[in-house]
Amino acid sequence: MDAKVFNMSDVDVAWCPGCGNFPILKVLKQALAELQIESTSLVLVSGIGQAAKIPHYFKCNVFNGLHGRALPAATAIKAANPALTVIAESGDGDIYGEGGNHFMHTIRRNPKITNIVHNNMVYGLTKGQASPTSQLGFKTTVQVAGVFLEPFNPIAVAIALDASFVARAFAGDAEQTKQIFKKAIQHKGYALVDVFQPCVSYNKINTYQWFKEHCYYLEDSHDPSGRIEAFKRATETDKLPLGIFYTNPERTIFEENTGVYHEDKRPLYDRDVDTQKLRELVEQFRGIT
Amino acid sequence: MSFPPTGVLRKSTGCLTAESIGLWRVSSPSCFRKKAGERVEKSVYNGIANPDFSTPFASLTTVEMTPFLQSNFIYVWRQFPPTNKLKVLIPMSKISTSKIKDDVSIVLCGQAGQGIQTVEFLLTRILKLAGYHVFATKEYMSRIRGGMNSTEIRASSHRVSAMVSRVDVLIALDRGAIEHIEERLSQNTLILGEKQIIADEEDLTGYQLIDVPFTKIASEIGNAIYSNIVAVGTLAGLLGLRLQQVTGYIKDYFSAKSPEIIENNIKAAEAGYKVGTDLVRSSKIGFSVATDAQVKDELLLSGAEAVGLGAIAGGCNFVSSYPMSPSTGVLVFLAKHGKDFGIIAEQAEDEIAAINMAIGAWYAGARGMVTTSGGGFALMTEGLSLSGMLEMPVVIHLAQRPGPATGLPTRTEQADLELALYAGHGEFPRIILTPGTLQEAFHLTQKAFNLADKFQVPVFVLTDQYLIDSYYNISQLSLRDIKVEKHFIKSTQNYRRYELIADGVSPRGIPSYGDGLVCVDSDEHDSEGHITEDLNLHTKMVDKRLKKLESIRKEIVPPEFIGPKKRKNLVICWGSTYHIVREAIEILSRDDTAMLHYKQVYPLHESTADFLKTAEQTIIVENNATSQFGKQIKLHFGIDIDRKILKYSGLNFAVEEIVDELQTLLS
Repeated sequence: MDAKVFNMSDVDVAWCPGCGNFPILKVLKQALAELQIESTSLVLVSGIGQAAKIPHYFKCNVFNGLHGRALPAATAIKAANPALTVIAESGDGDIYGEGGNHFMHTIRRNPKITNIVHNNMVYGLTKGQASPTSQLGFKTTVQVAGVFLEPFNPIAVAIALDASFVARAFAGDAEQTKQIFKKAIQHKGYALVDVFQPCVSYNKINTYQWFKEHCYYLEDSHDPSGRIEAFKRATETDKLPLGIFYTNPERTIFEENTGVYHEDKRPLYDRDVDTQKLRELVEQFRGIT
Repeated sequence: MSFPPTGVLRKSTGCLTAESIGLWRVSSPSCFRKKAGERVEKSVYNGIANPDFSTPFASLTTVEMTPFLQSNFIYVWRQFPPTNKLKVLIPMSKISTSKIKDDVSIVLCGQAGQGIQTVEFLLTRILKLAGYHVFATKEYMSRIRGGMNSTEIRASSHRVSAMVSRVDVLIALDRGAIEHIEERLSQNTLILGEKQIIADEEDLTGYQLIDVPFTKIASEIGNAIYSNIVAVGTLAGLLGLRLQQVTGYIKDYFSAKSPEIIENNIKAAEAGYKVGTDLVRSSKIGFSVATDAQVKDELLLSGAEAVGLGAIAGGCNFVSSYPMSPSTGVLVFLAKHGKDFGIIAEQAEDEIAAINMAIGAWYAGARGMVTTSGGGFALMTEGLSLSGMLEMPVVIHLAQRPGPATGLPTRTEQADLELALYAGHGEFPRIILTPGTLQEAFHLTQKAFNLADKFQVPVFVLTDQYLIDSYYNISQLSLRDIKVEKHFIKSTQNYRRYELIADGVSPRGIPSYGDGLVCVDSDEHDSEGHITEDLNLHTKMVDKRLKKLESIRKEIVPPEFIGPKKRKNLVICWGSTYHIVREAIEILSRDDTAMLHYKQVYPLHESTADFLKTAEQTIIVENNATSQFGKQIKLHFGIDIDRKILKYSGLNFAVEEIVDELQTLLS
């Protein structure tokens, strides 16, 4: 399958030239094409922010919801029709800040969705304020003395919550990022891919060069089933590891746990009320209930 | 003030005498029924020399009451000038009057955790199966244990669906019970309880107390925990049920328990039953509530269950909510029946997630709903706006309780109408349904799903704690005309979700059903659903969304008019006050007064103007402080409501209160 099937014609892209979102867009299309995922069965769900505009540059089904609320919507979309490939994609401010509570509880809920978070350590859409992942000392028009809030560590949090798939990628490395995306999309359960992505307009610290210098890939010998070791690696700060930190394939998924697909595989839209059962239920109120 | 206050009715002489100084007046009789379904003629009521006198009793010693006292009456006395103290008097001779009672109000009062709910559950079902019409409602504190809660159960020979304030029998389970509902007690309330537990000697002056050692009886059977079952037995005995009707049900109810527990519960019921029948035999009290064999086969359900059943009938297959009193019952109901009906019932991390999930579910073709109360809904308002922008259906069950903020979690109010009406930024249409009966709670919730799907708008089912927590028997929930109307389409390749079409309702596709792509966006969007900053397009899209209101207006649920066509006075109400106002209107049975009940408060039915303009006096009844519905009428029809009966104490109206208020306003 050609990644071009996902291309939109005549689209006015709102990102700055050189933005780290471009390679993510490109690589995701390639990953989906290689996995033979049809655009009609793909739903891209996003919130608000520069990264959250990505569905508009993608030929597929789109749910561009509210700021921070991509994950609840994505969870429900998947639950209502498990045959869909659902990717919730947004920025660090959206998923970790505004939607922090949903991030935590979606990990607990474990729907089979992919959560790609463009992490540029800054707010782009609102013009350069700190994001939850901004580094200490990072100066902005609001954080005038520099950030003094401890940066949010999504990888460590996800592992602590026993997320079923936790990875970090770097937008500057297309091939590795594509491989991680493919594994995340195929993973049976919630899959977090935090993607380091330079903001060329508002983050002059964490540039392509900076990420190249401060990142390295986890060794091939790294065992993603080891939660303690994964957590340890997630807390490294001098150099930031990339790759698949942790997977827990044992966790059951939300759609199956809802119980509505055990005997009936049809999506919810294709079902009707069992009026006979309803009649019986109403009848129960005549006697002992 | 101690009881009796001033007036004592003497059946022997047929006279009313007043012995203490103060201003009192007969404000309204609260019960006009002589026998099953039979009403006392107004002329009888007018048989009082001066029914609305406000003469000081000090000078008035005797009032001729002869025609009155032959019947079963309860006289409501109100201090004049009016205070909140409503006192109820029934004729002195308790035995003769109680014997002819056919509508008994039983109140159970005690702490949370004392098993009041079990008594309520069992007794209402036992009574219903025995052929009594029943109504039950509760008021409770926001506690799991302790506090002081009460449940009213009305057992009647005719249909009862509203709360009365009078208490014929009080089962006082704990100290504080009498004080808790003192305003509703009268000299004629028969209080059953353990004397040394429920109150000090001096507190009981003026009350009829029968010492029933519930705990002792229960302990002798094996454990004090059976005392609530002893109470069930006692009430069953008092009301003249057959023992078998009680023990048979209790056996079934506890069937999953060990033989010993079943046996002890039956023994407890039997012991209580003996207490009840002994009381009747000793002529201390007795009732003659006629039974109706048809009632046995009727449905007995609560407002929460009616909403839940309506949701299932509406095709609801996804509910996401955060527990919040008093709306949780609906979530619990749908979760309980989720497996049978293929409903995903998810407890969300917060109300924000809940509504975003429900909207996501509709996007993928499910029929989603949320159930919440004011504070929770406040968190959903951004999601509501999302529903407006995406033109995504969503059903919101909003069970009101008093606010602001956390307010009174377990109480009732009708003060979130304006919240539902104005919530959400931006301008977009919505529908607000306000069921007044269990049947309406069922049918309107069912309809809410079809309306939401058809017009692609948020639809509210606006209830409150009183409606949700009350239950009574109804003959039927008709499933005959019920249809799940699915309005989504199978999309084709060049499908555009927001096609600009005449009525504004663009066909709604869902992902992977058909060859089209379904794009929705919370930003302003083009007809394909992609983000736009084209200002002309924005104007067109706003118009398109608002245009749907025209189609919505064609399907407004009309208000229900009850009473004489030629009326001078029109009593307007909405939502849960239906049966309360209706019973009050029936009691008054004036040929110049009718009621108009709204089951949909937005958009408003156009008949409103005619109804209101043809009335000489309009009176609105609302469980809020600012007459929110009255303001809507003014806004949309330019009509001022003449008089307002408002209550915002956290409790619903009792029938007598409406009777009393109307009596004053109509005199």
